[in-house]
Amino acid sequence: MRCLLSTFLLFVLFVSACTNQATPTPPTGGLPSDAAAVAAERNLKPDDIYAALKTYMPSGQLDPYIMFASGGQSGQVLVIGVPSMRILKLIGVFTPEPWQGYGFGGSSDATLDGGNMPDGSELNWGDTHHPNLSETNGEYDGQFLFINDKANARLAVIDLRDFETKQLVKNPNAINDHGGAFVTPNTDYVIEGPQYAAPLGWEYAPLDEYNDQYRGLITFWKFDRLKGRVDEAQSFQIELPPYWQDLCDAGKAVSDGWFFCNSFNTELATGGVELGNPPFEAGTTKNDVDYLHILNWKKAADVFNAGKVETINGIAVIRMQTAIDEGLLFFTPEPKSPHGADVTPDGQFIVVGGKLDPHVTIYSFQKIQDAINAGGLETDQYGIPVIPLDKTKEAQVELGLGPLHTVYDDKGYAYTSLFLDSAVARWTLGGAFADKHPEPAWTLVQKLPVQYNIGHIAAAEGDTASPDGQFVVALNKWSIDRFANVGPLLPQNFQLVDISQTGDQMKVLYDMPIGMAEPHYVQIIKADKLKPFEVYPEIGWNPETMSVDPNAITDAQDARVVRNGSTVEIWSAVIRSHYTPERVEINQGDHVIWHFTSLERQRDATHGFALSGYNINLSLEPGETQTIEFDADKSGTFTFYCTEFCSALHLEMVGYFLVKP
Amino acid sequence: MKLSLDPDVKVVLPDGSTRSLTTYLLPSALLMLAALMLMISMFLPYWSMTMTAPQYPKGLRVEVYVSHLEGDMREIDELNHYLGMKRLDEGGQLERSISVYAIVVLGLLLMGGVVIHNQWAGVLALPALGFPFIFVADLWWILYQFGHSIDPTSALGGAIKPFTPPVLGVGKVGQFGTIASFEIGFYLAVAALGVVLMGLWFHRAAYKPIVDARKRAQTLTAQTVQA
Repeated sequence: MRCLLSTFLLFVLFVSACTNQATPTPPTGGLPSDAAAVAAERNLKPDDIYAALKTYMPSGQLDPYIMFASGGQSGQVLVIGVPSMRILKLIGVFTPEPWQGYGFGGSSDATLDGGNMPDGSELNWGDTHHPNLSETNGEYDGQFLFINDKANARLAVIDLRDFETKQLVKNPNAINDHGGAFVTPNTDYVIEGPQYAAPLGWEYAPLDEYNDQYRGLITFWKFDRLKGRVDEAQSFQIELPPYWQDLCDAGKAVSDGWFFCNSFNTELATGGVELGNPPFEAGTTKNDVDYLHILNWKKAADVFNAGKVETINGIAVIRMQTAIDEGLLFFTPEPKSPHGADVTPDGQFIVVGGKLDPHVTIYSFQKIQDAINAGGLETDQYGIPVIPLDKTKEAQVELGLGPLHTVYDDKGYAYTSLFLDSAVARWTLGGAFADKHPEPAWTLVQKLPVQYNIGHIAAAEGDTASPDGQFVVALNKWSIDRFANVGPLLPQNFQLVDISQTGDQMKVLYDMPIGMAEPHYVQIIKADKLKPFEVYPEIGWNPETMSVDPNAITDAQDARVVRNGSTVEIWSAVIRSHYTPERVEINQGDHVIWHFTSLERQRDATHGFALSGYNINLSLEPGETQTIEFDADKSGTFTFYCTEFCSALHLEMVGYFLVKP
Repeated sequence: MKLSLDPDVKVVLPDGSTRSLTTYLLPSALLMLAALMLMISMFLPYWSMTMTAPQYPKGLRVEVYVSHLEGDMREIDELNHYLGMKRLDEGGQLERSISVYAIVVLGLLLMGGVVIHNQWAGVLALPALGFPFIFVADLWWILYQFGHSIDPTSALGGAIKPFTPPVLGVGKVGQFGTIASFEIGFYLAVAALGVVLMGLWFHRAAYKPIVDARKRAQTLTAQTVQA
């Protein structure tokens, strides 16, 4: 016990030495006696107390980092504070979300409809995978967030002024995707990489025509920052071999203008285990190498602008032969069913995890360029030039089993998730990073066990031009015994890892259960880069147009009901604790257009509007205007009420919607 | 006060005695200064009410200028409507609409003392001297009206006894603590009052001898005529 306490003293000293604050110095003489009693009673070890001190956020203090997490099969995005790991918000993206009134009558219905299938049929969920923050000069700028839906090949745009989804785009030629969303360093394009090959536009084609009819496809969605929307007319796609491209990353600095994607089915496996063929899991892993795709996106944009494209299902496609002829696309081998393609902060290197190979392979952008310029490259069966591995490889580092994704810190370390080893590997970068860390370059430094089966990994601003260090989050697929058993479907485990110290001093700080889906990837941004509205800037703000709505009213006296034939148009004012009007009486069969304006200016004074029996629910945030439109096809006595507890007289915030038969 | 005026420039009184020019410039300067201070005070808050409550960590505050209100009136009105109180903007509408003209008139009257060199200068200064007292009395009246015109049909109006929010000091309304205090504009008006008094003092000191001297001269002339 004495030993334990004195070790703890050391930790307290260390923590107090590290916290560079002018505010009252923490006690250095040991724990207060009541806290020591708690530590003893709970059998907390010094590392536990260190972890508690690193993560505990006293009431009212704000997290220095904000993490945007994919919501997996929920189709949503989670907003989480780091290091406290408190969930701050759920953002409705591909799935209707009642709290925000997302998809229950307001303007967000049109946003969701933007993600409909080409035939107009609705998709009511998504499998969100990779959130990507908008960047300026390779740094997060805190303006927008993009995320893809793997299940249906869609892209979403979230505006970080109000943390609301503004646009869904259905890829007209791909039926699923994976390697998205990834932005170029100035967010000129948002890249949506493909995954399981299919004919363009997912037309029917038998699998024995796989090699000729099935294709990979990478989409460059042009982002219009002023409008805050993807401009589909200025977007284009590049046709690729059906190699199951996987994850991508944009080059930056020296490699700006290039894009890198790994792939894992150069075997061209088509499955059919029921026919005696090798199942996909075996068929796609037969070869010793797959191909890292190296794309020149700036040149591709020139080719698109020069019109050397075919329009297929309404979007410009650079055909594979054009890509070859114009020198847009190159391959280089990567070991066995690789995963990830992560560009280092200086843009010099691309790191690819081996997945079924214990190494990460580090490619040099300079070597790739030299080999391309030297020419004389052999091609694969589709005619795409392949640069031999020994001409592109800078180094290989053996990390352990199942290396997947790599992120970076400010000390020249890289962090790779090891799925099979259930560990985070810290290893040293070479090149310009070699003198930032005490260890030799390209060397494994520490393997930290995590619980369990880590997939993605993220570091604070860890994929930008200037990572912050401090924290890594391990996105563990399995939690097994880490939380109370809640039945056979278990939560995921986000583990916060302290990387603030050099060498082998990484520590797990916190386990955060995610009990709603399987999130794939997260990005962590400095909280002070985000500048969201406290309330909407003006009364009558339409969050879809980000301007004052023509149907806004600024005074409850302007509230009114106007009948025009069988159309009834209503302008309602909403303010604590009543709607104006509170009685709306119409006839069955009337077409109702109903505008609501929140007259509130007080932060957090949000109201709801739920109309019983009509599947309508709005969130009316301070200053917001929303419009619903529906046919009053059901007669009867209906109530509407405020669904967001707004005041002491919240329960009295109600009205009657009377529909005469 | 030693102004660097040419000591040879003198004012000759009717009885032939002389005084320094400063004696006559000083009261004019002070009265003009007081007028200027009143003008400046129009652009500064006179009075404020700060309200604190658990759910308002930054508090709510309204600042009263002679011509308008600034601050969180919208939210305070929003809360007051539960009590059936009038909107803040409805209080003192007449006063606010005429205040700018009134203060300009006060200043012009003060400056009348520059050209009027008898006891009427003091009479003209009376409105400026009374102004801070009028402001406080009017504020009290407005607050009294707020607390005594509760709409009984409002959510909580039936449960509230008529009251007068304090003009100065701390109070409590529901979960709100209130702090009422005078602000810089009011203090400037009070300071102007002091400057006016000083100005009148020097005004009297400067011009009374002239008036007296003129009286003596008239008496002398009368005596001479009689003689």
